[in-house]
Amino acid sequence: MKMSGAQMVCEAIIAEGVKTVFGYPGGAIMNVYDEIYKQNAFKHILTRHEQAAVHAADGYARATGEVGVAMVTSGPGFTNAVTGLATAYMDSVPLVVISGQVPLSLIGTDGFQEVDAVGISRPCTKHNYLVRSIEDLPRILKEAFYIARSGRPGPVLVDIPKDITGEMGEFIYPDHVNLPTYKPRYKGNDRQIKKAVEAIVKAKKPLLYIGGGTVLSNAYQEVREFAELTQIPTVETLMARGVMGAKNPLLVGMLGMHGSYAANMAMSETDLIISLGARFDDRVTGKLSEFARYADIIHVDIDPANIGKLVDVDYPIVGDVKTVVNKMLEMIREKVDPDRYQVWRDILARYDELHPLSYTDSDEVIKPQWVVERVGELVGSDAIITSDVGQHQMWTAQFYPFDRPRQWINSGGLGTMGYGFPAAIGAKVGVPEKTVINFTGDGSILMNVQELVTAAEYGVPVINIILNNHFLGMVRQWQTFFYDKRYSETDLSYQPDWKKLAEACGGAGYDVTTKAEFDEALRSAMEGGKVTFINVAVDRFENVLPMVPAGGALYNMLLEHKDQ
Amino acid sequence: MDKVRRVISVVVANEAQVLARVSGLFAGRGYNIDSLTVAPIPDTDLSHMTIVTYGNRRVIEQIVKQLHKLIPTFKVIEHTEMVEKEMVLVKFPIEAPLADVRALCEAYNGGIVNAGTEMFIAMAADESARIEHFVDAIKRYHPLEVVRSGVVAMER
Repeated sequence: MKMSGAQMVCEAIIAEGVKTVFGYPGGAIMNVYDEIYKQNAFKHILTRHEQAAVHAADGYARATGEVGVAMVTSGPGFTNAVTGLATAYMDSVPLVVISGQVPLSLIGTDGFQEVDAVGISRPCTKHNYLVRSIEDLPRILKEAFYIARSGRPGPVLVDIPKDITGEMGEFIYPDHVNLPTYKPRYKGNDRQIKKAVEAIVKAKKPLLYIGGGTVLSNAYQEVREFAELTQIPTVETLMARGVMGAKNPLLVGMLGMHGSYAANMAMSETDLIISLGARFDDRVTGKLSEFARYADIIHVDIDPANIGKLVDVDYPIVGDVKTVVNKMLEMIREKVDPDRYQVWRDILARYDELHPLSYTDSDEVIKPQWVVERVGELVGSDAIITSDVGQHQMWTAQFYPFDRPRQWINSGGLGTMGYGFPAAIGAKVGVPEKTVINFTGDGSILMNVQELVTAAEYGVPVINIILNNHFLGMVRQWQTFFYDKRYSETDLSYQPDWKKLAEACGGAGYDVTTKAEFDEALRSAMEGGKVTFINVAVDRFENVLPMVPAGGALYNMLLEHKDQ
Repeated sequence: MDKVRRVISVVVANEAQVLARVSGLFAGRGYNIDSLTVAPIPDTDLSHMTIVTYGNRRVIEQIVKQLHKLIPTFKVIEHTEMVEKEMVLVKFPIEAPLADVRALCEAYNGGIVNAGTEMFIAMAADESARIEHFVDAIKRYHPLEVVRSGVVAMER
């Protein structure tokens, strides 16, 4: 069937079952926007910044497990989208970003709004395309969706020159992709899995180390079953919060730079790490030479390049976590002795008793951790929780009772301030029946604050809780610990009137200074059905603890900091 | 960990951007490239790249895995038993002793390939390490210009 390139883009989006697209029009992508106007098979949400469009598509993808789609124009439209691409790339989020490009005849001439999009995005996309002919377009679109969601997921950019979106061509959307050079491996090697299972049975202090890959592969049931069957204690990374469920007695806690004492000690003392979909990030390992010195390592990952990247692995298994864990379950069922690790579990429980994750509450001033816990009590596992980046992110990861995967959405790998609010919008659009709450800071929220307008226009009632310490808090914390309190450019005392700002854009705002006010504000926000800012004045000098100083050994944690 | 020299062949789809993807991967991740050659494989839509790199075991392993990860990558061969050749062209002033240079070139699978009124050009084709020796040896004849091709390799 003959149609224009722009129509092909829309037809592909429909064929892939995408319900909502986020974007921002401009000269080079206008043909596509003209087709969007004419159809009603999918919805388009106009964000107020291209970066937010990509983050929103990213939040949509993480909350729903489907591919997110964002659309931007050439030049500045594309460069604004780069942070969104890099964020999704670092956290392996399936996205297809479609960018307009100047006409083919102008490419390479430094034409108006021209930039080398494929060149710029190469290191921060899983793959990218510059479409050079209308004949290639249907195949490229099909491949883009396939590559984005298969194997280790990731963002794919399709850069389409304006003349191609205007040109007519034959549209036959392929049923299958034919990419002989791209063959993700899902099934782990049976012999390796068998060896790993034998190692688990023999180990005295094994530890399940659960990463974001378990969320991406929807493996949480299998992982929980495996942990429960074997009774092996479990630590979660930042990206895996919710996989085990907050109340699961086998969950020791989150590990890493701001992980719990017990979790980090578990990692330091284990004799066998069973890593599922985790990538041994430097925020998790601390000083590499001191990391898990007594442990053999089983590493299950769909990306072979993750295996052995930083630490030597004894049992490498390349495959999808869900598939591999299923196979391990099958093999271990007969051999399992859940009592075998009782002593090990007792030791970890003792560590947790010695130094539990805690904070000193106060009646004078609201503690940020209290806010997180309170929201946990009031909305719990019913809500999707997003966050920006900073202290509030770590407090949320530490203190929110995450009960299920895809409940916790944040920028882990890239650490993108400004991610949380647009991602919350995307998540709410994708899963409208859930309450969506974004924990943010007075620094982070301003980085994409213009999305108040988007959320108000489309009636997307996400609740932003600003844990406001009038500081760029995490940097301030490092300045306190490591720079002798020289608070260089981290004092954010000058602030907008948050309530008025929210109201000016069509949302609701609350200023909160007491616990009672907070409860009342949250209740009103949940009932109000509007995009909301709850501006909570919290203790200015509260620190995120415990903390493993960057480059330090995981077992050397700062547990308290008295000098405030 | 000790750094080692490695010769890696990468068979890739012969399409736009693919060289940039490979070289960008090395640049972006801080790997070293000693030489890189690329040419289409006859009667296919594939290209063969030969990359000479060095690094410790972990770096080499990452290079191979990351090359595999590129969508257009068909095959990566980390050579162990290989035939390896590199070519070098050297320009001399016409005053240089032609017979001596020719004799030297012949010891390195080469010869004189061009001569004019002002200069002549010699060629040698051999293993990289031997090409180093050759380039050293011809220094005494004051070459005007030396151009090396980079390595091509084939597994035995």
